Amino acid sequence: MIRFENIHKSYGHHEVLKGIDAEVEKGQVVCLIGASGSGKSTLLRCVNGLEDYQSGGIFVDEQKVDAHARSIHDIRTRVAMVFQRFNLFPHMTALENVMEGPVQVLRENKDEVRVRAEEHLRRVGLADKMDFYPSALSGGQQQRVAIARALAMRPEAILLDEPTSALDPEMVGEVLTVLRDLAEEHMTMLIVTHEIQFAREVANNVFFLDSGRIAEQGTAEEVLTRPQNERTQEFLRRVSHLM
Amino acid sequence: MSPLSERIQEYLPLLLTGLWRTVAVSLLALFLATALGLLWAMMRTSRNIWLERPARYIVEFLRGIPILVVLFYIYFVMPDMGIDLTAFQAGIIGLGLIYSCYIGETFRGGIEAVDRGQVEAAKSIGMRHGKMMRRIILPQAVRISLPPYGNNMVMLLKDSSQVSVISVAELTMQGKMLASSTFDNMTVFTMVAALYLCLTIPLNIVMRRVELKMGRSR
Repeated sequence: MIRFENIHKSYGHHEVLKGIDAEVEKGQVVCLIGASGSGKSTLLRCVNGLEDYQSGGIFVDEQKVDAHARSIHDIRTRVAMVFQRFNLFPHMTALENVMEGPVQVLRENKDEVRVRAEEHLRRVGLADKMDFYPSALSGGQQQRVAIARALAMRPEAILLDEPTSALDPEMVGEVLTVLRDLAEEHMTMLIVTHEIQFAREVANNVFFLDSGRIAEQGTAEEVLTRPQNERTQEFLRRVSHLM
Repeated sequence: MSPLSERIQEYLPLLLTGLWRTVAVSLLALFLATALGLLWAMMRTSRNIWLERPARYIVEFLRGIPILVVLFYIYFVMPDMGIDLTAFQAGIIGLGLIYSCYIGETFRGGIEAVDRGQVEAAKSIGMRHGKMMRRIILPQAVRISLPPYGNNMVMLLKDSSQVSVISVAELTMQGKMLASSTFDNMTVFTMVAALYLCLTIPLNIVMRRVELKMGRSR
């Protein structure tokens, strides 16, 4: 579904991605872990062209991602994204946020979209918050609206960039619950996360990034429970203090 | 001299025609300045240097010339180029051009102050640039720009007195003529100042209301 072939990216002289090869299959949940600065967010943002890359290729269903080509708009409608800081549209209600993409970009019928959008918001537990503006919602609620906004596009895959990092601890659970549900329904998801426990639970595969390279990849069990790579072991030791 | 109340009654009709013209010049110039200002702001925030550069030069150029000179230029020099304008038209265009720069910079500030995450969110649902500006960025930029835009409005209204130099008989001009024919400077100019305040004070109050209302809905 999403394939990375020898991706290189640098900012000026600083090379942040040094040859990434990996694949995310349809219906899989893949977690990207690694220290900050390891390039995991950058890699994720390359998939829908929010960042470009210098060489190699990213393919979404065999279609090459080129941040500067017209085709990028089409790829973005098929691969949704959820951000660390939610990025809801502040001048629209929760419901309007969810409807915006399907109505304005996919040009679908407004009434049908409304029904579907309400369904998505109910699903993430926000039936009573549909007409609230983002500023009136908690962080956890905003992030759930953002997930509903992604789902409303009926994407083939969802990219999630540290979806719980900006949340107060007591709100992390409600967002992870929604993501767990999606994983059970085999939504293809590529998740940058620091929640090792969550990754262990829902991820089919885990990629461990270390200074621009995938130092280790495999099933969640392999990478998180029996890591072979020294760097992975060290990283997991360090983050385990936080749990 | 006749009693004050009689003099006020005598002067008022003349000053009111001036006031009316001040309002007309200001409103039309504001309309022009807002439309052009929006255009400059869109061009200046564009990634295309063939749009960005010209807008930047136009704005810098116009801002570097005093309003009076711009007005003289439009009213006295343009006819030599075959463009005949009435003083009223020249006043509106001159004032509108100058203020389009200030308002353009105000809008540009607003657009640049919109969180980068909004651009990314709009892009990530597949929006193209034009729709993103219209649906996501500008509505937020307008809110941010509203307080300085209000200031620009009040300043424009006051600066509309400058068009008197090209013989537009607006409030200041009427006052000056009235004062020089009656020598009653004190009464006339007090009335002129009061009439300007009758416009600017309500304008300030309205702006404050609108800001509050918009602030609440986000």
